[in-house]
Amino acid sequence: MKFLWFHLMPYKELPEDFKEKHPSVWVDIHSSLFDPARAHHMYNEFLDELEFAAACGFDAICCNEHHSNGYGLMPSPNLIASALARRTTDTAICVLGNSLALYNPPTRVAEEFAMIDCISGGRLIAGFPVGTPMDTTYAYGANPSHLRDRYYEAHDLVLRAWKEKETFAFNGRYNQQRYVNIWPRPIQQPHPPIWIPGAGSVETWRWAAEMDYVFCYLSYYGYKMAQNVMQGFWEEMARLGKDRNPYRAGFAQVVGVAESRQQALDLYSGPAEYFYGRCLHVDPRFAGPPGYVTEATQRAGIESQVKLAAEGNGGSGPSTNASSATKMQSLARDMKNIVANGYVIVGSPDEVTEQLHELATTLNIGQLMLLMQFGNLSSEATKYNTRLFAEKVMPKLKGLFADWENRWWPRPMEKWQRATLPAFMPQAAAH
Amino acid sequence: MTEPDTTTIDINGYPTRVWRKGSGPKIGFLAGYGGLPRWIPFLDRLAETRTVIVPSLPGFPGGDRGHSVLDSQLDWLLAVRDLIDKAELAGGDLVGSSVGGSFAAELAAVWPDKVKRLALIAPFGLFDEQAPATDPWAQKQDDIAGLMTAQPDVYKALKRMPSGANSIEWPIEQTRAAEAAARIFWPLGNTRLERRLPLIKAPTLILWGAEDRLLPTSYADAVVRALRARTETRIIAGAGHLAELDKPDEVAAAILSFMS
Repeated sequence: MKFLWFHLMPYKELPEDFKEKHPSVWVDIHSSLFDPARAHHMYNEFLDELEFAAACGFDAICCNEHHSNGYGLMPSPNLIASALARRTTDTAICVLGNSLALYNPPTRVAEEFAMIDCISGGRLIAGFPVGTPMDTTYAYGANPSHLRDRYYEAHDLVLRAWKEKETFAFNGRYNQQRYVNIWPRPIQQPHPPIWIPGAGSVETWRWAAEMDYVFCYLSYYGYKMAQNVMQGFWEEMARLGKDRNPYRAGFAQVVGVAESRQQALDLYSGPAEYFYGRCLHVDPRFAGPPGYVTEATQRAGIESQVKLAAEGNGGSGPSTNASSATKMQSLARDMKNIVANGYVIVGSPDEVTEQLHELATTLNIGQLMLLMQFGNLSSEATKYNTRLFAEKVMPKLKGLFADWENRWWPRPMEKWQRATLPAFMPQAAAH
Repeated sequence: MTEPDTTTIDINGYPTRVWRKGSGPKIGFLAGYGGLPRWIPFLDRLAETRTVIVPSLPGFPGGDRGHSVLDSQLDWLLAVRDLIDKAELAGGDLVGSSVGGSFAAELAAVWPDKVKRLALIAPFGLFDEQAPATDPWAQKQDDIAGLMTAQPDVYKALKRMPSGANSIEWPIEQTRAAEAAARIFWPLGNTRLERRLPLIKAPTLILWGAEDRLLPTSYADAVVRALRARTETRIIAGAGHLAELDKPDEVAAAILSFMS
């Protein structure tokens, strides 16, 4: 099993009455809440934490892309990834990812990912999300009716840009470029491993399978809520004749580990409540721009609601077919229910190990993404969480799925071929 | 209120509904935001003295997924021209509301022979930074009706699922109509229509609901300023964005009087 340490980079000082006084953490969150001088410290702590996780032995460190978002300060994950490429040596760098349709031209993604792959000596995992409605259609003004087709076309363009050896003309529906010829080109040939973050859309599962990519279910609602989606995913894989290689799938889970369960609750309750209460407070106005969800997925969603209603079962908690922003409205926001609903896994090393074992085996997940800094968790506590996990939990789970080959992992240059990173000595510049 | 006759025409390979009712000189209607999932009293008023012809816009109720192959403004305009020709509306009087109003204006500007007299009810196509239009695509589901009509119940009744309708396809069709409008008008509703308005030759009636919460009535002034043709303006008291739903009698009477 692979362990990926995932940072969302939340703004850590949203006011206590944020949910009451402000309509949304996303899209139109007020600029007066952002203090750049505080963000200077947050960014530097976040980068320290990612580097610390790499030093603790996590297989990969992850970042992602959000816009106008109070819980995700990475409009450009590539900036973060390039900084990490210079301060880590062997850890994979997972950018999950670049919302392809937002880059104009999309070859920008091919170029920047190739740069990160070159700088890091071939350690990049290239993530291609469609992007949430809040990021793409509202914050960036992308047309929801064109978004998915643009995304697929941009994907085709990026892949061709990486693979073709000659300059070529791209004659797409949305993108036309006479001279496509990216410099630099990726270390990993024909291209870095591609991972697709997504939710419960059958079309995305099929496409990921057809392209032989990793499908990542990035949920904030924990593994108990994810059972239906991942069951659907594996059933679809079976229908398509694909094996059950657990490395085909990734899943993100919030985790807090401490010496004892009580210590974990004491340490992580406040930050978890901050995350679910303030960070995921999204205005339902931004729930569903028309056309973002395909009609096939809408149909499946309505059919399953009708079925649940017919069975007299309204379900508890967010429906797996609801849009992400709608889900966020119905979240539990106090620690008792956050734990009871399984959004977070907290406890002693043994308890966390047991639950993650259950997560990995029931969802059949080989690429486990861990959110170990969440909400306003301090840097000190984040490092404690990270180190304890690496020492006491990771070794017990590492051997899971040893029989399967992880064909979706970076293939970096041999160690002896790679550049030596100089130690960071700013005082040297003064002389 | 009796049902209209329904025929189907082909627009870019998509079966497209055309309603027809009444007798007398032809008058066409292109529907506003959300489209027409059912026949409305406003059309009955027009049908008392005219042959009313109502072709569905691509992606609107009755327009299948016709929007899905329209990528540019020119694609849309050519589809609307095809719609007008195949519905046998070319050369007749034309009324358009909201989204449909924008297309009616474009058609009359680019192909002046297609439209004899024109009535526009709060057409999309302009954006004023000093008086920004409300974003119809960023609304809580319950707030849409109040944005479209002065009396929310009127819009809700238009969109309510009739008994016996397909309970899965009905809501998908309503979402599709919002998507079709978004496909051309996202994110601001601005297609710079004011640049084509001066090309319109047909005498033009501008109608605007005094309580339009989507497009402020100041947009009516901007439309009139850009027009070169003979123009009249009527602000309809007690009406919202889709004035033909709030005040069917008054809007129909104003149109019929202008086009007599």
